[in-house]
Amino acid sequence: MAPIARLLLLALLSTALTISSGSGDGYTINGRVKIPQGLGTKGFALPGKTSNVKVILNGGQIVTYLRPDGYFSFQNIPAGTHLIEVAAIGYFFSPVRVDVSARNPGKVQAALTENRRGLSELVLEPLRDEQYYEIREPFSIMSVVKSPMGLMVGFMLVVVFLMPKLVENMDPEEMRRAQEEMRNQGVPSLASLLPGGGRN
Amino acid sequence: MAIMSFIFVFFFFSSLQPILSLYEDQVGLMDWHQQYIGKVKQAVFHTHKTGRKRVVASTEQNIIATLDLRSGEIFWRHVLGPNDVVDGIDIALGKYVITLSSGGSILRAWNLPDGQMVWESSLHGPKHSKSLLLTTNLIIEKDNSLIVFSNGRLNAVSCIDGEVLWKKDFEEESLEVQQVIQPPGSDFIYVVGFAASSQFETYKINAKNGELLKHESTAFSGRFSGEVSLVSSETVAALDSTGSILLTISFHNGKISSQQTPVSNLLEDSPGLAVIIHSSVTGIFAIKTDAATIFIRVIGEGKLEVVEKTNHETVVSDALTISEGQQAFALVQHAGSNIHLTVKPAHDWDSNLLKESIKMDQQRGFVHKVFINNYIRTDRSHGFRALIVMEDHSLLLLQQGAIVWSREDGLASIIDVTTSELPVEKAGVSVAKVELNLFEWLKGHVLKLKGTLMLATPEDIAAIQYMRLKSSEKSKMTRDHNGFRKLLIALTRAGKLFALHTGDGRIVWSHLLQSLHKSESCRQPIGLNLHQWQVPHHHALDENPSVLVVGRCGPSSDALGVLSLVDSYTGKEFSSLRLVHSVAQVIPLPYTDSTEQRLHLLIDADKHAHLYPKTPEAIDIFQSEFSNVYWYSVDDDNGIIKGYALKTKCSGNVADEFCFDSRELWSIVLPSESEKIITTATRKLNEAVHTQAKLIADQDVMYKYISSNLLFVATVAPKASGEIGSVTPEESWLVVYLIDTVTGRVLHRMTHHGSQGPVQAVLSENWVVYHYFNLRAHRYEMSVIEIYDQSRADNKDVWKLVVGNHNLTSPVSSYSRAEVITKSQSYFFTHSLKAIAVTLTVKGITSKQLLIGTIGDQVLALDKRFLDPRRSVNPTQAEREEGIIPLTDSLPIIPQSYITHSLRVEGLQSIITVAAKLESTTLVFAHGLDLFFTHYAPSRTYDSLTEDFSYALLLITIVALVAAIFVTWILSQRKELQDRWR
Repeated sequence: MAPIARLLLLALLSTALTISSGSGDGYTINGRVKIPQGLGTKGFALPGKTSNVKVILNGGQIVTYLRPDGYFSFQNIPAGTHLIEVAAIGYFFSPVRVDVSARNPGKVQAALTENRRGLSELVLEPLRDEQYYEIREPFSIMSVVKSPMGLMVGFMLVVVFLMPKLVENMDPEEMRRAQEEMRNQGVPSLASLLPGGGRN
Repeated sequence: MAIMSFIFVFFFFSSLQPILSLYEDQVGLMDWHQQYIGKVKQAVFHTHKTGRKRVVASTEQNIIATLDLRSGEIFWRHVLGPNDVVDGIDIALGKYVITLSSGGSILRAWNLPDGQMVWESSLHGPKHSKSLLLTTNLIIEKDNSLIVFSNGRLNAVSCIDGEVLWKKDFEEESLEVQQVIQPPGSDFIYVVGFAASSQFETYKINAKNGELLKHESTAFSGRFSGEVSLVSSETVAALDSTGSILLTISFHNGKISSQQTPVSNLLEDSPGLAVIIHSSVTGIFAIKTDAATIFIRVIGEGKLEVVEKTNHETVVSDALTISEGQQAFALVQHAGSNIHLTVKPAHDWDSNLLKESIKMDQQRGFVHKVFINNYIRTDRSHGFRALIVMEDHSLLLLQQGAIVWSREDGLASIIDVTTSELPVEKAGVSVAKVELNLFEWLKGHVLKLKGTLMLATPEDIAAIQYMRLKSSEKSKMTRDHNGFRKLLIALTRAGKLFALHTGDGRIVWSHLLQSLHKSESCRQPIGLNLHQWQVPHHHALDENPSVLVVGRCGPSSDALGVLSLVDSYTGKEFSSLRLVHSVAQVIPLPYTDSTEQRLHLLIDADKHAHLYPKTPEAIDIFQSEFSNVYWYSVDDDNGIIKGYALKTKCSGNVADEFCFDSRELWSIVLPSESEKIITTATRKLNEAVHTQAKLIADQDVMYKYISSNLLFVATVAPKASGEIGSVTPEESWLVVYLIDTVTGRVLHRMTHHGSQGPVQAVLSENWVVYHYFNLRAHRYEMSVIEIYDQSRADNKDVWKLVVGNHNLTSPVSSYSRAEVITKSQSYFFTHSLKAIAVTLTVKGITSKQLLIGTIGDQVLALDKRFLDPRRSVNPTQAEREEGIIPLTDSLPIIPQSYITHSLRVEGLQSIITVAAKLESTTLVFAHGLDLFFTHYAPSRTYDSLTEDFSYALLLITIVALVAAIFVTWILSQRKELQDRWR
């Protein structure tokens, strides 16, 4: 028992050692979850609160929690390739592929599966924090103007105030010509469309 | 014109917003969340210190939690892994919760106030054994220490950092350690056990360094069985394997002396086989026989005396030290609808410290466990409080003859859920005066307007929030227009049925089912599933709807079945049946009788089909549809899928005309050396599909292959059926099948090399989405298969339609060998999955979204458009207009689309979707240890105004417009007048 405990302590002291051979048939994976201070302060998860962070091996085979300093360990792990996931509300963690090799114990082989980045030591940091709520935008005139009702009002204002102005600004000559044209063409009415309607 | 088109474009874009998320102040408006801990296995009180009084509990669902002793609320809670069973808990140093779990191999300490894990220590040993946790106040090398016996090794562990101080192995093969005892005030430990079942062994060990001080052993003629009960710190009581001879063994100073007393000497009548009840009361132990619980006192040297014989269900608590040298324990007995709680001092059976009678709800069943705690009253006498665990897994705190609080922890283990409509609101029946008067209504809306315009003061905001959350509209007991108010009927593992209101999650009624109650004929009843038995629509509106509960007497599939019919409005069990056959499968048929009772076919283990309800009318209806009934069975162990149809009436017993023989139509035998079935999925029976045609980019039509007989089967290499990482990619593969269950035709088969389970799958309309692990990339993947009907593809020709030369109206039949084509695509997905479901709307018009239960116990909504096999890296313009998203290698996780927002549904098991009456909305219920319910609109609520719609703004706009009309009218009149005067 004592060597394991010592190994564990050793692992606690130096983060470089992530995999150590334990007693019996398995190995031990030690690692650390680091949640940077400052990130997520505007979220609801208290910054640095680690008591509810779960570390999950192979999709739920083993679940463990973090020590106050962020360290975790999985005991009695057979050699092979494993997947570690971190479940923390408010943060997005990439799953990590960890290779436990039987031939050279102690060798670290870990990589983030999301971006295939290798890890020299098993320190897991969130890729980003997760904001679950939309942020209500503060009241602004633009948002009212942009709303359907605002647009309707705007359109009406344009028609009511700007159109007469446009008409007024037209050259009187041109105006008369346009009116003449309109009269000649006539208003397309149902009567004119009917056969024979054009003759009257 | 340009403006008009601009507006249109603008509307179009504003409606295309992809995320359907929540504002933080909308939490609790549509959703509710309830937290549970499960059936309590062990509880430890923490009441010594001033400040908050707590109780620490471990449960059968592998949870450790601390609860507020005043209210029963959860302070903190940790869910351990599925194999991490809690063996023992205790409090050390007054500030740490110590848990021993995983068969005694993991010892953890948690900070009592906030639940932070302090240390974790792994304990291994030479062999598997019983695990025992003993907290002592021993001080070894200045550290307070714990004594743990597990895996055949005795460890002393420091409380401060979990370091192992010393250890001692007990390697004898046959030794079964039963107890680890530390006599009070001493610095040695006794380890007591049996060797080879007939030898009694005691080891006396120095607690400071683990040195063996003395080892004694005595052989007995008989064999020991089961547990021993500690009578004092140097005496134990045990039973021999025949259950008829009581042994009291004392090992004072390591010298073993024993007394044998036949049980029949103590009792006049022969009691049959007896077992010892685990208890720790000094001087008294209890044995339980079939008929009674017997309390026996040990007087002096091995002399036994029966102090009480009770015939009721009796539960004893562990001993509690109330003062120096004085112990007390609690007894709980049933008497009619009351329970009697008695607290007795250990040394004097005849006197009571406390005797209370408490009225108990019959629906909670018997008391299963009791834990007691004492407090000092103001008059310096002892007061007691008791925590009791009931048959329905609920947890209650009793104090001063009353129930202080109760928790419905049975809801932590839901087996199946169905829904029921609420009663229709009848005219004349006033359902509480909830409608406000106009002034208040307007005031509320003005407040809301102020809120949206960000003009509200903090008090206003609080008032608005209160108003929204307390809206009595949503928790009424009547049916609503939109179909949001329903009853969720949940069957729990304890055999209790709960009805929860979807509006606020309150329990409307609960009923402990008689049919799932333990009895002589049915010793191990388990609930299987729930079905809607009667849903009154047109004919029988006066009847209440009812649900069918199916269960069986025992875990094996050939155990006899039990049925219950429960009224969904009142929770009354109006019929309960013990079947004479087993229940392997329940098939709700799409036929109802004149009272709208649905016909159900129960298939037993011998493949006979039994029709329910057993009425002549049902058999008439069934006879006409006799040849249209098909079903299938999946045998996971042997890898065989078989299809069946009905043949004739049962040949064996003539009397039963509701029993039918079946014939095997087809079978698919998978090679057992290369494929093992791990998952199957079918379409939901009640799923509506709006259209079979799917318009694609270039004005083309594809026809979905929509069949309710589609079965998805996933198999893996037998070697790869274990955990992730146990196989290499070369020796693992995943094969998926789409099978028609009427003909047994394999419509599609696909192999994913280098992939393995677990597989989660969902089948809807003409597509199936499944999630699995890709070993080569070492990432999870999700794949989609869409299946299209090619034989209808010719119908695109307009002339054929006009002439009538088309097959659109031809019925869809499994026997018409449809030419199908499938399309498939795979994507990476970040998380492991616990459950997957798809949104369900009443007419199936609204686009679908997948609801994904992730390993972090959250529910993520993912648009089905992301899982479209027609996605490509560079979609054409036409495809983009159709809404095809450019292909990416992984599926996006948008935090705002977590429908559980910042909550966790701990221990998530399944996600249930129910269609509301409003087409845009689906009701989502996720359950595990926690319950979560919400409304979800996959394409926003396009058919009703949202809750934030500001009526006040609308009113103000209208008023302003009317005013403007008047003003302009007056102005124009005046202008006209002036013009005329000119």
